Amino acid sequence: MEAKRDGEAGGLLEVRGLTKIFGALTACDRIDLSIGRGEIHALLGENGAGKSTFVKMLFGALEPAAGTIEWKGERVSIPTPGAARRLGIGMVFQHFSLFEALTAAENIMLSLDEKAPIMQIAERARELSKAYGLPLDPFAHVGDLSVGERQRIEIIRCLLQKPDLIILDEPTSVLTPQEADKLFETLETLRDEGKSILYISHRLEEVKRLCDRATVLRHGKVVGHCDPRQETAASLARMMVGNDVEAVKRPADSAGAHETLLEVTGLNRPAANPFAVPLRDINLSLRAGAVLGIAGVAGNGQGELFEALSGEALQDVAAAVRIRGKAAGRLSISGRRLLGAAFVPEERLGHGAAPYMRLSENLLLSRHATDGKTLLGPLGTVRNGALTAAAERIVTAMDVRMSGANPEAAALSGGNLQKFIIGRELDRQPAVLIVNQPTWGVDAGAAARIRQALIDLARSGSAVLVISQDLDELFEISDAIAVMHDGRLSSPLPIAEATFERIGLLMGGAAPEHHVGEAVETA
Amino acid sequence: MFESVLITIATAATPLLIAAIGELVVERSGVLNLGVEGMMVMGAVTGFGVAVTTGSPWLGVFAAILVGAAFSLLFGFLTLTLVTNQVATGLALTLLGLGVSGMIGEAFIGMPGQKLGIIAIPFLSDLPYVGRFLFAQDPLFYVSLLLVAGVAYFLFYTRAGLTLRSVGDNHDSAHALGIKVIAVRYAAVAFGGACAGLAGAYLSLVYTPQWIENMTAGRGWIALALVVFASWRPWRVLAGAYLFGAVSIGQLHAQVIGVSIPSQFLSALPYLATIIVLVLISRNRRLTMVNTPACLGRPFVPAR
Repeated sequence: MEAKRDGEAGGLLEVRGLTKIFGALTACDRIDLSIGRGEIHALLGENGAGKSTFVKMLFGALEPAAGTIEWKGERVSIPTPGAARRLGIGMVFQHFSLFEALTAAENIMLSLDEKAPIMQIAERARELSKAYGLPLDPFAHVGDLSVGERQRIEIIRCLLQKPDLIILDEPTSVLTPQEADKLFETLETLRDEGKSILYISHRLEEVKRLCDRATVLRHGKVVGHCDPRQETAASLARMMVGNDVEAVKRPADSAGAHETLLEVTGLNRPAANPFAVPLRDINLSLRAGAVLGIAGVAGNGQGELFEALSGEALQDVAAAVRIRGKAAGRLSISGRRLLGAAFVPEERLGHGAAPYMRLSENLLLSRHATDGKTLLGPLGTVRNGALTAAAERIVTAMDVRMSGANPEAAALSGGNLQKFIIGRELDRQPAVLIVNQPTWGVDAGAAARIRQALIDLARSGSAVLVISQDLDELFEISDAIAVMHDGRLSSPLPIAEATFERIGLLMGGAAPEHHVGEAVETA
Repeated sequence: MFESVLITIATAATPLLIAAIGELVVERSGVLNLGVEGMMVMGAVTGFGVAVTTGSPWLGVFAAILVGAAFSLLFGFLTLTLVTNQVATGLALTLLGLGVSGMIGEAFIGMPGQKLGIIAIPFLSDLPYVGRFLFAQDPLFYVSLLLVAGVAYFLFYTRAGLTLRSVGDNHDSAHALGIKVIAVRYAAVAFGGACAGLAGAYLSLVYTPQWIENMTAGRGWIALALVVFASWRPWRVLAGAYLFGAVSIGQLHAQVIGVSIPSQFLSALPYLATIIVLVLISRNRRLTMVNTPACLGRPFVPAR
């Protein structure tokens, strides 16, 4: 068994010099990688390191510019995903993979080459789901299912093709810690059956726990192969990032009475469309100097809550949202900004910034109401000098890296644009800052910078509300964490009492009163 | 009386039904072809011209189907291969069709046309009240009903139909599964064009067997609205088409009886009904969003 896991005796996949170029960017630069039979191999790297591009070439979704792929000792070319499946390579995608309007069984049927009737496929899916402990209703519409359930469909769909190699792309980024544990058990069972797994992730702890070998990518190049069990999380991080990432410092909150700056009382909101989550009786209060984190699995109403707080969606009752004591429920976004609030939405391009407008113009878009006196002339004309100066101030303060002065928003990398968008709001010294997914898809260096800036703002006397799916991030910066599940918000747990386990149970929908120790034992 | 009204409603509804069921398939694949009117009018002029010159209305029907499909493939080439904007291209196709058909049809104006005969099914057509309506109609009436049943079966009970719906729901996923998104859409667009051409032939070979410029008179647009009205479900298209047929026949009867409403207003009724129905439907966003093909109108450019 050990010899097999080494990956040298029973080589399954051998990739040499795989290269992919998009325009001026070399997304993958001469990548070498080998996977043995019965091995869980990790592919590590930051966002944009080339992991997804690499596996898309293995799965036939992208065509390599150069390099060779050897499969079971023979050189192959993989022109289409169908060809990859016939070879025995299966993939569990993170995005763009299921059809929401179709049922689970229909989704599975579409990926099988054989022409079996739907009832037979449903039956086989049910058997397989039982064998691996992944409960699944073949006739449920995917659009009605949770993210975890969708992932089960993907895994079952992949297993029905009887693959020798299963590629999983960031599988745990949308799961609760408990769901992730369940997934790891399934993967270990598969490995013991002799299947190989290529596991893509940037989460170091789970890679250390699960994987036999790891290949680390940085800027499209392989920077090392290693045994993750022999490494520490810090040494793996150094390989991924290239240098040490500075730890975020969270100074103690100054004691004493603090003013409540944001107060939400009995906030309800019906679902705006069939795919939205209604908000039910949300209550929270946030005082100056504190960071409140809101955790939750994607699609449990976090986006709807952000819209309600920012004023994109108005409340029926003005008093449902109070900003610095004033009833703001009926105020527009600008109205709420004038009360001292600032907002950073989840989507950077198209929501947080207009992609094809320059940074200075994007600055004006969110601050024309609050900073009209300095940025606009008497007749509403734009004072370009003042605007450019303000944009430059933000760029310096947040260390935004860009090519050329004042570029279009779309020309910046995700991390740098996010730094600018957060800097744009911080520059105003808002009394209340509400951020949705502050570091989604942002590299580790920029993420650390953003997190530090949020803490610093709070400690300077503002209230900061952070909605995030990244539990590590919330534990790093929050003074208390509340959890959203199915449109409801739990009462906040002070950070000293919060553990991954407790938060994870709340994310899974356990009642807050539930005794945590018991729940874990029975689960 | 009752039965003859039913029959006139059927003649008004059939062209709408045929064009709409074709467009439904196109939209289910994620393509929005606003050129239905243009393809229809091309079918009408081709059907009439070929029928008159060869003396065979059936040849006219086939020619109209071919021209409709060919015209739609022009749209397909522009929007699918060259990835032009679907809305603008569809509008251009309508304008082009109206112009070209007027030019070709110049020679046919005022000529007596050919008419497809009626096929009466023995015994069944003698049934009281509905016998003649259901079983003694022109052949395209039967074709239209078979099309609805066929499309409904194809979309929801065949693997090819599932593939087509998957392309309309999420073309990136479909591509990742190895489905040839562009090929599926070409096929759907061609089917939609063929249906529109057939619907046009119905107008010039059954409804009013002659050629008049712009004789489609906005029916292509009504067909487009019907697809939304039916929330992309084939049997609802049938219901919608007969409802609109009834409104347009009703206004004719009202004019004959001499209802004291300006005739212009009555003629506008079907179009007003279209607008009202669209407004009512878009008010119920739940109904539309659940059935709307999620990729409708979105261009697909695979990364290679």
